Amino acid sequence: MENKDIIAQLKAADLRGRGGADFPTHLKWQMFSETGASKKYIVANGSEGEPNVFKDVYILAKHPETLIAGLKIALDTFSGSEAIIFLRRDYYKKYKKKLEKLIGPWPITVFCEAGGYLSGEETVLCEEIEKNLPARPRVRPPFPGQFGIYGLPTLINNIETFYYVAKIAEGTYKKTRLYSISGKVPKQGVFELPVDWSISQILKETKNLPEFNYFVQVGGGASGDVLLSSETEQKVSGSSAIVVYDKDKTDPWVLMRTWIDFFMKENCDKCTPCREGSYRILEMVRDRKFDQKIIDDLFFVLENTSYCALGRSIPLPFKAAIKKLL
Amino acid sequence: MSIQKKFIFINNQEYAFQLGQTILDVARANNIYIATLCHHPDVKIQGSCRLCLVEIKGRKGLFTACSTKAEEGMNIATDSQDIFRARQINLELIFSEHCEECGDCVYSQNCTIKDYGKKFNAKITKYPDRKKGYPVHQFGPALVFDTSKCIDCGLCVDICKKEGVDFLEFKKNGRFYEVVPSDNKCKDCIYCGQCLTHCPVGAFEGVGEFEDVDKYINIQGKTVVFQFAPSIRSTIGEEFGLPAGSVVTGQLIAAIKALGIEHVFDVSVGADITTMEEAQELIDRIKNNQPLPMFTSCCPAWVKYMEFFRPDMIPNLTSVKSPEIIMGGLIKTYWAKEMKIDPKDIVVVSIMPCVAKKYEITRAANKVDGISPVDQVLTTRELAHLLRKKKIDLKNIKPDTTISPLLQPSGAGVIYGASGGVMESAIRAAYKKLSGQRMPQLELQEVRGIHGFKKAEIKVGDKTIKVAVANGIANAKQILEELAKNPKAYDYVEVMACFGGCIGGGGQPVPVNDEIRKKRSAGLYGIDNKQNIRSADENPIIQKLYKGFFSDHQNIHSVCHTSFSKKKKEVYPTN
Repeated sequence: MENKDIIAQLKAADLRGRGGADFPTHLKWQMFSETGASKKYIVANGSEGEPNVFKDVYILAKHPETLIAGLKIALDTFSGSEAIIFLRRDYYKKYKKKLEKLIGPWPITVFCEAGGYLSGEETVLCEEIEKNLPARPRVRPPFPGQFGIYGLPTLINNIETFYYVAKIAEGTYKKTRLYSISGKVPKQGVFELPVDWSISQILKETKNLPEFNYFVQVGGGASGDVLLSSETEQKVSGSSAIVVYDKDKTDPWVLMRTWIDFFMKENCDKCTPCREGSYRILEMVRDRKFDQKIIDDLFFVLENTSYCALGRSIPLPFKAAIKKLL
Repeated sequence: MSIQKKFIFINNQEYAFQLGQTILDVARANNIYIATLCHHPDVKIQGSCRLCLVEIKGRKGLFTACSTKAEEGMNIATDSQDIFRARQINLELIFSEHCEECGDCVYSQNCTIKDYGKKFNAKITKYPDRKKGYPVHQFGPALVFDTSKCIDCGLCVDICKKEGVDFLEFKKNGRFYEVVPSDNKCKDCIYCGQCLTHCPVGAFEGVGEFEDVDKYINIQGKTVVFQFAPSIRSTIGEEFGLPAGSVVTGQLIAAIKALGIEHVFDVSVGADITTMEEAQELIDRIKNNQPLPMFTSCCPAWVKYMEFFRPDMIPNLTSVKSPEIIMGGLIKTYWAKEMKIDPKDIVVVSIMPCVAKKYEITRAANKVDGISPVDQVLTTRELAHLLRKKKIDLKNIKPDTTISPLLQPSGAGVIYGASGGVMESAIRAAYKKLSGQRMPQLELQEVRGIHGFKKAEIKVGDKTIKVAVANGIANAKQILEELAKNPKAYDYVEVMACFGGCIGGGGQPVPVNDEIRKKRSAGLYGIDNKQNIRSADENPIIQKLYKGFFSDHQNIHSVCHTSFSKKKKEVYPTN
């Protein structure tokens, strides 16, 4: 079944990448359809390495057939393509067999990632599939859309994005997304709710709105922004996670320690600001004291000179925490 | 059809560029200064140090010039407050992982990182040294890797991969990825030292560099003699501020003598002997249906590669010793007898372009009558360090023009220092041996130059000799693969582990790149061009030796020939 008008449908639905970058999916697909190559790759990115984000595994558990339907649409749209479902290790172990049964004869393979958080970075993902280990990000541009796995055009979308591609194609898309809610809430879990709802609206709807003095980290449990309860009238950014904290009972230094430990564990140590800068942040967090001049300098080089998005994203939660929690 | 020229602006000046060039390429081509540490033209872009920052008008943030391609009309600034600040901070972070040991560093004369520190007003000690107490890995008798100086740029890992050895790797240890020698049983160091010549901060050095340099000048009751390798004459000048490729043979001899060394020898004379023997062995192998192709064996890193990775091909290595070892053996036999000195009382110090030569002299199979031909190897850098320490200025010393047979090589013996030189020398001699005539065109242009893989076919009478020349083991591996498919693809193969041959060796002045390699090798070919005696067989001392000392076959065997055997892994990481 040829499905050439899917790109127009994606545009009409205004679907945006659900990996966190929010890039319009139809543009990505349009550019990909214009790359001339006899062989292309399509990847469903299920690396899902950010703490407190667990929506991709929700799809793997509850709606794997919809994910595969989305991939089949992509395979039909782009001739000469084959697809890969790229999964973090535990997801791979748990869902490989189930997925393969659903895939049947379609040219879709299930791949187990080698690294951690950074494996979900698109160029690292390509390196891992090529088995260049330990994988580190590539220079961009060229972007994977033109020069991806083995130098071939590679379309990489989040698992949730493919899930909604299928929903759009079958006409059941209701402009929703999957919110991962965790932290100090009575009902942790994944909730499918409208894309344009505010944080407080979502918490309320899911019966998770705290009665205590709280703050949230949204978009991801490490790189996400910190918002006070007074700031929850806005939409959720990034990979749509909401983590709720009790403001009076949370030690911000302990929280920041979990973030910096995470970044140091997951970064690749390739570039100076991320490798050395994160270490110096760790030292200060450990000593529970920021030297304002030094922390400003470190944030400056992390944001402006890091090799990839991981390093560039480190200052955001710390800046917010310093301003709002200390 | 004319190709439309493209332009960018750097600091408001217009510059033409070609598609595919990075901002750094365009800047360098136009002598615009941009600080870099992890950039080396020999390997792919690292993008790790984050110093080469620039601003692009209309785009937010800072960009690395090394990894950003030039685009038509781009308007680039290489200096601004933000750029200066970011460079300064990143530099301070780099200094936090580099334990300074400046007096004893291969970059003691030309340290980039120190210059940047001044230029960007970086506070070197802003952060405590993160790598204090980090391990020092020893790579056999050849190299030392002090990880407390490593700035994690990745150049050594990539050059080791490009070399075709892939022994250095990034491995996670606790919180950080670190460069480590592989503990994989199937991988080993071949001691080429390309890691050393590509490290921007001196984390690698030769064993003994520079602690042991004056140990061997004056030893009670011993006659200390020095010999210097073919390539040194066109490289050591760089250590004294001369342009790359400057030929300083006379100054080199004079400087060594100024150290108090009375007897100085030229390893290029040893090279002439290697040539004679290797040419004969090639002819014998062809005539007697012995294993072909014959591989050269004067590069000890290549020999180590074969003994460890490809012991099945050992029968193809020529049994002829390297020029250094032959010359050392000749000094301790022929010359010792002439001078009436007990060989046991002679100490031979070699000045070599190479750290693998420090390993070569430990090979038991090189011994002549139970005596090691060479006692100590100093690199080009170490000799330069020694001369500076003794206040001997090679640049301004009066050249020594003493005429002495063991200082008079043929032109062929001199070009040994460049990739293709051994092959060309042996072919000149083999041609003469087979046809009785001098080769009509002595220069074998096809095997010259810095290309990694070169081939040629030489007609001698009704015979065609197929030759190949590789520099860099990766290129040699390509030849080995070709031979697996077609065993008769070549008759004679020269392999040098280092890019460009010995002029690009691990013991040579740093830094190095293709431009410098070209100049260094041009220096050697220039000497050959000016010589009347350009073939080993025409060299009077060689003729004299073969009529006299080498007419005894036992002498040829013990001084000139060796054997090889399968090797086990020698280098493991230090914990």
